[in-house]
Amino acid sequence: MYRYDEFDARLVGDRVAQFRGQVARRLSGELKEDEFKPLRLQNGVYLQLHAYMLRVAIPYGQLDGAKLRRLAEVSRRYDRGYGHFTTRQNVQFNWVGLGDIPDILEFLAGEGLHAIQTSGNCIRNVTSDHFAGAAADELMDPRPWCEIIRQWSSFHPEFAFLPRKFKIAVTAAAHDRAAIAVHDIGLRILERNGVVGFEVHAGGGQGRTPLLAAKIRDFVPETDILDYLEAVLRVYNRHGRRDNKYKARIKILVHELGAEEFSRQVDAEFAAQGGHEKIALPQAEIDRIHAYFAPPDFVPVSAEEAALFDAAQAADVDFAEWCGVNLHPHRQPGHASVTVSLKPVGGAAGDATAEQMDLVAGLAERYAYDDIRVSHAQNLVLPHVPVVHLYALWQALEAASLATPNESLITDMIVCPGLDYCNLANARSIPVSQAVAQLFAETKYQREIGRLHINISGCINACGHHHVGHIGILGVDRKGEEVYQISLGGRADEKAAIGGIAGPALKAEDVPGAVKRIVDTYLSLRRGRDEIFIDTLARTGMEPFREALYAAA
Amino acid sequence: MPLLKDGREIPNDWVFVDGDAPIEGVRAVTVPLERYLADVASYEGRNAPVGVRLQPEDDPDALVPHLDRLELIEISFPKYTDGRGYSQAQLLRRRHLYRGELRAVGEVLRDQIFYMNRSGFDAYETARADLPSVMEALREFRDAYQPAADRRVPAFRARHGNL
Repeated sequence: MYRYDEFDARLVGDRVAQFRGQVARRLSGELKEDEFKPLRLQNGVYLQLHAYMLRVAIPYGQLDGAKLRRLAEVSRRYDRGYGHFTTRQNVQFNWVGLGDIPDILEFLAGEGLHAIQTSGNCIRNVTSDHFAGAAADELMDPRPWCEIIRQWSSFHPEFAFLPRKFKIAVTAAAHDRAAIAVHDIGLRILERNGVVGFEVHAGGGQGRTPLLAAKIRDFVPETDILDYLEAVLRVYNRHGRRDNKYKARIKILVHELGAEEFSRQVDAEFAAQGGHEKIALPQAEIDRIHAYFAPPDFVPVSAEEAALFDAAQAADVDFAEWCGVNLHPHRQPGHASVTVSLKPVGGAAGDATAEQMDLVAGLAERYAYDDIRVSHAQNLVLPHVPVVHLYALWQALEAASLATPNESLITDMIVCPGLDYCNLANARSIPVSQAVAQLFAETKYQREIGRLHINISGCINACGHHHVGHIGILGVDRKGEEVYQISLGGRADEKAAIGGIAGPALKAEDVPGAVKRIVDTYLSLRRGRDEIFIDTLARTGMEPFREALYAAA
Repeated sequence: MPLLKDGREIPNDWVFVDGDAPIEGVRAVTVPLERYLADVASYEGRNAPVGVRLQPEDDPDALVPHLDRLELIEISFPKYTDGRGYSQAQLLRRRHLYRGELRAVGEVLRDQIFYMNRSGFDAYETARADLPSVMEALREFRDAYQPAADRRVPAFRARHGNL
């Protein structure tokens, strides 16, 4: 994991002092709210329905025990004892006081955490694969480049007042767990003739105009990537639309120009950079950052220990069930990556109490090389766990309601905070997710259904990623009534697609039944258990599902 | 409106002449880009300098043939949230090595000035920030993560003995 050196610490400390001054000037009235707004947003401070919300950055979802414990302490001291982990691998505190925020930021900075650029029309937190550095299907660890991009994009003087927010995601695995196709820039790390580089995608995004990113470059060598990103950002900053907030994302520019013309403009800007303008990151710095991400000293797991793990599964059916669902293959023999589910049936997706955070922090230190990730599916992940520790780990998680065996199953829903918290929302998301989860609560049933992603957003801004849910649920306001539109066929991985709207919106109480009918239709149509929902849908088309959905109406 | 440059408040000797309005008397003026490019030949031999005021949509590359004779380029921020001026400044300073004064005009607020300075501005016309607060803003960060148009050494070099 990256550790701050004196430069990082000073930059973050200076930022805290700067924001402390800005808050003081706001509270004294010297700064007007509209002048303060972009400043607070670039420090992660939103004004929500009931209170200020603070969004803390978790760069590419990376934490360790000490950092997670610090987040727990923030929630205890300054909030209501819980935090909400987000689809951008960040964490939000929903009930903080504006006057406390400088102190919170200072407290966070003491543990190498910050809230820089977690909102506002700037380059946001860089996101990545939550199994980075562990996954068996990974070419290399993407985190060093995420950290390099984090540093380059932090306090970038040219790109702090972009037309709109800007999100970069990086993957290096065959299976894209970073959803690069729905980011402003998606980077796929490749190797070509021994040179590391990036396939560059641009112009993806969700919101009210969902669009998939277009590939604008097959290969940018690593030595050029920051200069190339500057070229993309400069073309966007100069030519992105500013006349209409809803047309200001880079996706609209890419779409209106066409990917080919956009990429030509970026190439022209890139080619115009003089030698003296090049960032020219020294190799020593690239090496320095890579060194922080060296794999842990994996302990060897003996055959006897592996046999103990097998025996525990044989003896405890609940444990075996969890192992069958929440473990991900690790490239190191005798190890697994563990998903710590933040989706208990009846809970709010992504929420964790201070006690739960403390517990996971301690478990990571004891059993998992002190490495913790936040996934964009709003769960926590322990990327490296020797199998010999899994039983003890599971027991501890189970006792804290953190061992729901539902990773990538139907109750592992992505859910935005919705109208319960958010002042943009048109409808509630959390109660709808809870009602759906109740219907599918039984693990055996969920496993029978298999991989199925339900994503729920409480408004068209799509924070709940409904466009890329296998089943997407979008809350809308229809003459004062909260109703829900169902879409089918979205996905966020390497086969990314935007879901299609199935038909008229439904009342909240009808949503669980509608999901049930979709699932029943799938179960009746699928060609065996290996054909997951999204593949059956691709084969049959939407019609049989639409029929099942609306036949009763 | 106060004009701040080089740690001082200085008198503003320049007048912006918009559109096709006549330039009256012998005085330093700035004009819109289009007018400057159309009339640049006629400025030869004039007894007072002519500068340019760029609007956000203007392409600063158009000024490249004239940069040596320009003493002042103003970059206009009609709204402080419109960040195009930062790219214009970086292009003029870093790509085209413009050496004259680069002045931010329009909605210039204290909390934008640090990034303006990093982007290559050296003068700020502002009604919303006094000299002490601007000087404070310019010192708010001791380090930088990336190269820009100022002289700050980016952390990735400073870490390795200014490599």
